[in-house]
Amino acid sequence: MYPILHADKLAANIYRKVVRAPRVARHCEPGQFVIVKIDEEGERIPLTICDYDRDEGTVTIVFQPIGASTQRMKDLSEGDAFEDFVGPLGKPSDLIDMDPEELKKKKIIFIAGGVGTAPVYPQVKWLHEHGITADAIIGAKNKDLVILEKEFREVCNLYITTDDGSYGRSGMVTKCLEDLIEKEGHEYNHCVAIGPMIMMKFVCLQTAKYSLPTVVSMNPIMVDGTGMCGACRLSVGGEVRFACVDGPEFDGHQVDFDQAMKRMTMYKTEEGRALLRLQEGDTHHGGCGNCGGDK
Amino acid sequence: MADPMKRTPVREQNPEVRAKNFDEVCFGYDKDEAMDEATRCLNCKNPKCVQGCPVSINIPKFLQELKAGQVEDAYNTISESSALPAVCGRVCPQETQCEGQCIRGIKGEPVSIGKMERFVADWARENGIRPKSAKERNGHKVAVIGAGPAGLTCAGDLARAGYDVTIFEALHKAGGVLSYGIPEFRLPKSEVVDKEIENVKSLGVRIETDVIIGKSVTVDELMDEEGFEAAFIGSGAGLPMFMHIPGENANGVFSANEFLTRNNLMKAYLDDYDTPIHRGKKVAVVGGGNVAMDAARTALRLGADVHIVYRRSEAELPARAEEVHHAKEEGIIFDLLCNPTEILVNEDGWVRGMRCIRMELGEPDASGRRRPVPVEGSEFEIDVDTVIMALGTSPNPLISSTTDGLETNRRKCIIANEETGQTTREGVFAGGDAVTGAATVILAMGAGKAAAKGIQEYIQSKE
Repeated sequence: MYPILHADKLAANIYRKVVRAPRVARHCEPGQFVIVKIDEEGERIPLTICDYDRDEGTVTIVFQPIGASTQRMKDLSEGDAFEDFVGPLGKPSDLIDMDPEELKKKKIIFIAGGVGTAPVYPQVKWLHEHGITADAIIGAKNKDLVILEKEFREVCNLYITTDDGSYGRSGMVTKCLEDLIEKEGHEYNHCVAIGPMIMMKFVCLQTAKYSLPTVVSMNPIMVDGTGMCGACRLSVGGEVRFACVDGPEFDGHQVDFDQAMKRMTMYKTEEGRALLRLQEGDTHHGGCGNCGGDK
Repeated sequence: MADPMKRTPVREQNPEVRAKNFDEVCFGYDKDEAMDEATRCLNCKNPKCVQGCPVSINIPKFLQELKAGQVEDAYNTISESSALPAVCGRVCPQETQCEGQCIRGIKGEPVSIGKMERFVADWARENGIRPKSAKERNGHKVAVIGAGPAGLTCAGDLARAGYDVTIFEALHKAGGVLSYGIPEFRLPKSEVVDKEIENVKSLGVRIETDVIIGKSVTVDELMDEEGFEAAFIGSGAGLPMFMHIPGENANGVFSANEFLTRNNLMKAYLDDYDTPIHRGKKVAVVGGGNVAMDAARTALRLGADVHIVYRRSEAELPARAEEVHHAKEEGIIFDLLCNPTEILVNEDGWVRGMRCIRMELGEPDASGRRRPVPVEGSEFEIDVDTVIMALGTSPNPLISSTTDGLETNRRKCIIANEETGQTTREGVFAGGDAVTGAATVILAMGAGKAAAKGIQEYIQSKE
C-alpha cells in the first residue's frame, strides 16, 4: 500500500495527493509518469509526476476526475492509501540530459494548460535549481481553475491567461504566446507544451510558424505503462510510437494530434457506463447498457 | 474398464452454454475417472513421457501412485519437479510433449497425463495439501524478476533449497501471463492461479509487486545495494507486434495483450470493476496461436460474432489442438489462408471493415512451415467493427537496456546458457520468453528450473 501523506483540492475539480512511494521517489525525473490504482476494482490511471522529494520518499500527483476510478480517488484523504503506485515510467524530459552549456543557451517557454500545469512544474523547478529561469504561460478557463501559481512564481517568469479574462491576461495560451513573441519582443528557441491535446495541437500549429521547436507530453489511453498493451500508440512522423516507453514527450510538430484525439474517445461510452453505476450506487438498475438491469 | 486404447473421456461445459460465460470449460476428472485413466499407463522402464516433459516430472511414478489411490503421494512426486501443476495440467501442449511421446499413442490414444496432473493438483488444493518447504534457510539472497511461470518456478525451486528469494513484479498482481493473458475459462484465477502463487509464497518466497526493474530500481542496484547475490530475469516477452498496415491505429483495433489484460487481469467482464472494454459486434482476430484463440473466445463471451483470420492453413495453426477444437465448438469461424492488407476506417476514426487477400502455401520457410504467398487479385473485404491483433510478442528491452554487461541478440532476446541460464553478466541468469521469445508456459518453467540449478551452483562456487 502507498499511504497518502497530504491531500488537498487545488481548484474546482483538480486534486493533489502527496504519496509515499520510496522506490519511485528515488528514481523519478521531470517528465516521467506513474500509474496509480486505488483498489482491486480500480483502473490503472497514468498520471504525470508533479513533484517529488527524494529524502522524504514522496511523489506528488495532480489529477482531474474523469472516469469512475478517478472519481473515487478524489475522495481519498490523508491516512488513506493507494493499493498500487508504480513508476517512474516513460523517459525523462530531454532537458535533463542536455549538456549544461547547451542548456544555458536555451531560451525556453513552457506552456501549461489546465491540469497539464502540474507536469510542467517539475521541469521549471528543475531548471531553476540548475540556474536557469524559464518563462512559463499557465492557461485556464477562468480564475478559479488556475493552479500552482505560487509554486510557479518562485521558480520562473510566469504569465497567466484565462479564456474569459477573469484573471491575468485574456484569451487562450496561443494568444499569449503570440503577444509575447510578436508584440513584446520575447525570443525563444525551445518550447514545451503540456495540456489538453487540443491545446497542444494549436500551440504546435503556431510554433511551427515561428519554427520554434516544441516538445509535447502525450497522455493517451494506457493499461500497463511498460509497452505491453499498445493502447497508447501514436503516429509520430508517420511512425507508430508507444507513449509509455518511447515518450511521453515527443516532437510536437511530428505528432498526429487528430488521430490521437480520436483514440482518446475509444472508451468514452464504457467509462460513462462505469461512472453511471458509481453515481447511482445501489439504486443503479439499468440504463448503462451493460449490467443487464434494463433487459 | 472400457476400451484400453481409448482415453477416459473428460466432462466439459456444453459449448452453447459456455459461449456465454467465463466459467471453466473443462470440468476435469473426478477421483474414479483419474484412477481409471491411470491404469492405462504401461509404466515403461524407459519412460519417453518424462523426456517429453520440460520439467522432467516422474510421470510413471505419480501415475502408479494415483492408480493406487495415493493422491497425496502423487502430488508430492509432481511437486518435486513442478511448482505449478494445476496450471500445467490445464495449459501445457501435452500433445507435443509428454502425451506426444506416450507408447500408448502408437496404436491407440495416449494416456491423458495432463488431465490426471490437473486432478492431482486440484485434489491437493481442495484437501489443503501444500508443497514441502525447506528445512533450513541458508541466508543467500536471490532476486527474481517477473512473477510469471519462469520466475515462480525458479523462485520455488530456490526457496525449497533454502534460499531467501524475493520476486519483483511490474504489474499489480503476480502470475504474469497466467494472470493477464490466459482467460478465466481456461485457467481460473482466484481458484487456481492465486492458489498456486500462494503455494510458492508458502515456501518462503516474497513477492513485491509494482516494481519495474530498469525503472523503479535497476539490476545493478539490487546486486550492489540491496544485497542480492544473484538475479534471475524472467520478464517474459511483453511487447505486442502489429502488422504495420494502413488503418491499424483506428479506434477498435487492439493488441491481444490489451484486450486480454483488460478482461483477465483487470476483470472488465465483471460489473464490480471500473475497467472499460470494447465489446465489438463483429470481431476479427488476426493470428493462429493460443493467444489468438484466447482473444477470440473472450470476444465471443463478451457477445460478439468472431472470426479468426490466419494466413496459413489449419495444419499450421500453432495453437493447442484442444483450443482450436473448443473454439470451433463454440462457434468461432476460421478464415484460413487469408491475410489482412488494410483496416478500413470510418469518418469518426472507427473500424468499419478489413480488406484481406487470399493466400496459398508455397515452399517451407525457416520455421519449417510452408510459407504463405498472396494470391494475386484475390482481395476482398470482410465486415467487422473490431480487429484484435494476435501476431506474437517480443521481449521488452527495459531490463537489458539498463543492466551493464547484459547482452541481447538481434531479436532483443537476452543471451543465456540453455543449461544454466547464465547470461553474459556475472551473477545474472535469465530464462523463459525473455530469452527465447514468445513460447509456452511449460518451456518457461523448464528454463526457470534450469536457472535455479545454475544459480545454486554459482553461489556454491563462490563459497
